[in-house]
Amino acid sequence: MDALDVTLRLVAVLLAFLLLPLLVGQTEHKVMAHMQGRVGPMYAGGFHGWAQLVADGVKFAQKEDVVPAAADRRIFQLAPAVALIPYLLVLVAIPVAPDGGVGQAIDAGIFFVLAVMGVGVLGSLMGGWASANKFSLLGGLRTAAQLMAYELPMLLAAASVAMAAGTLSLPGILDAWEWWWLPWQIIGGLVFFTAGLAELQRPPFDAPIADAEIIFGAYTEYTGLRFALFLLAEYAGIVVVSALTAVLFLGGWHGPFAGTLGWLWMLLKTGVLAFGVIWLRVSYPRLREDQLQRVAWTVLVPLALLQIALTGVVKVVM
Amino acid sequence: MPRTTAVFGSGLAKGLAVTFRTMTRRSVTEHYPDVQPDLPPRSRGVIGLFEENCTVCMLCARECPDWCIYIDSHKETVPPAAPGGRERSRNVLDRFAIDFALCMYCGICIEVCPFDALFWSPEFEYAETDIHELTHERDRLREWMWTVPEPPALDPAAEEPKEIAAARKTADKWERAGEEA
Repeated sequence: MDALDVTLRLVAVLLAFLLLPLLVGQTEHKVMAHMQGRVGPMYAGGFHGWAQLVADGVKFAQKEDVVPAAADRRIFQLAPAVALIPYLLVLVAIPVAPDGGVGQAIDAGIFFVLAVMGVGVLGSLMGGWASANKFSLLGGLRTAAQLMAYELPMLLAAASVAMAAGTLSLPGILDAWEWWWLPWQIIGGLVFFTAGLAELQRPPFDAPIADAEIIFGAYTEYTGLRFALFLLAEYAGIVVVSALTAVLFLGGWHGPFAGTLGWLWMLLKTGVLAFGVIWLRVSYPRLREDQLQRVAWTVLVPLALLQIALTGVVKVVM
Repeated sequence: MPRTTAVFGSGLAKGLAVTFRTMTRRSVTEHYPDVQPDLPPRSRGVIGLFEENCTVCMLCARECPDWCIYIDSHKETVPPAAPGGRERSRNVLDRFAIDFALCMYCGICIEVCPFDALFWSPEFEYAETDIHELTHERDRLREWMWTVPEPPALDPAAEEPKEIAAARKTADKWERAGEEA
């Protein structure tokens, strides 16, 4: 692997990181609008408001970057970066095509990916604490509680796939993948996706930023570009969680003509899952804080354990 | 609590189905500046003045709840119609203005006008950048008169409108008088 190869891969990952979240964001604008009988943005860019997010970005960049007087300045300013950058790092490890179609193959890929994604949530905690605002603090506390509750089923579900494949490497898992893993790991897939949604604080798991109760949770005091970075982190998170679910449970690049069209299959699966994320947001009301905890501990964790047991039994019998 | 026999998750599925179905249907959004809206009959856009019908009786100005109608007039003497007759005096309208910054579109002036000089027009694009410019004078009110739609057609079995009934009665009377003569 020479320097040029590494550079090309990193540039490709960076481009995906900059482009895909915007694509998801624009899709959300339009899909959500049509699901509510509206049309969404229509003017920015001329054709059906395709440049709406660019316009939003320009707007955010023009706004004043306010830091509250009582805030913990350094931590407050650092938080958006902590929220955003982990998703960029995760993207490096996600395989998009067979035979080295990955930014960087990591032996303990699942471990790396889940650990780094956990760091992303720290951004919200930092913002919540450093803002010196009671709503931010409440949002931060809720984020922390949610992180505690949903990280566990997510890890368990991912562990089930790792057990099935006998490897922690993401490309390794895909090499071992067979079509019948789909029904075999379906419970784990649902648990993983749901827990991923909760970790992203997407509706219906958005109690930490519940705007009707606590303004905007940990992001209440943020303005301008830093606020935009938090939002971007949310959409990058959607891409990452969708891509990870596709890799772990839907077979990633597997599909007809995987040799040449593998990347397309991967993008397609990720896109369908991202659509699902948006669809769920439009369809369901927000879960209350106690309901959130109950879903995690009494539904998702037992289901994830059940999946692990199932995986173990099938693995031994086979 | 009533016992429900719904399958677990059927509510969740129903929620997803509703949003998905809505997505496949046409949106209800009005594309206003690009496409003019299809306004319902009797839309209350602006008030038009048909000044030939106005007798300066001032009823509209007096009934207006927020005094947004301004009327100025003077009297003119009309020479007798037939020789030896009496001179008549007539009200002539000098100014008729409605301050649409005050108007609350209640329509009382239109209801109260005994001579049908005021009408609802569906025209609504008369925003101004200065609140003072929302006081519109008679020429503007007259322009709006030409945008007043025809009254909606009567129901098939409806009674004849009063004006037509009265006219018919008079016509019949004349006709009978002609036959008798």
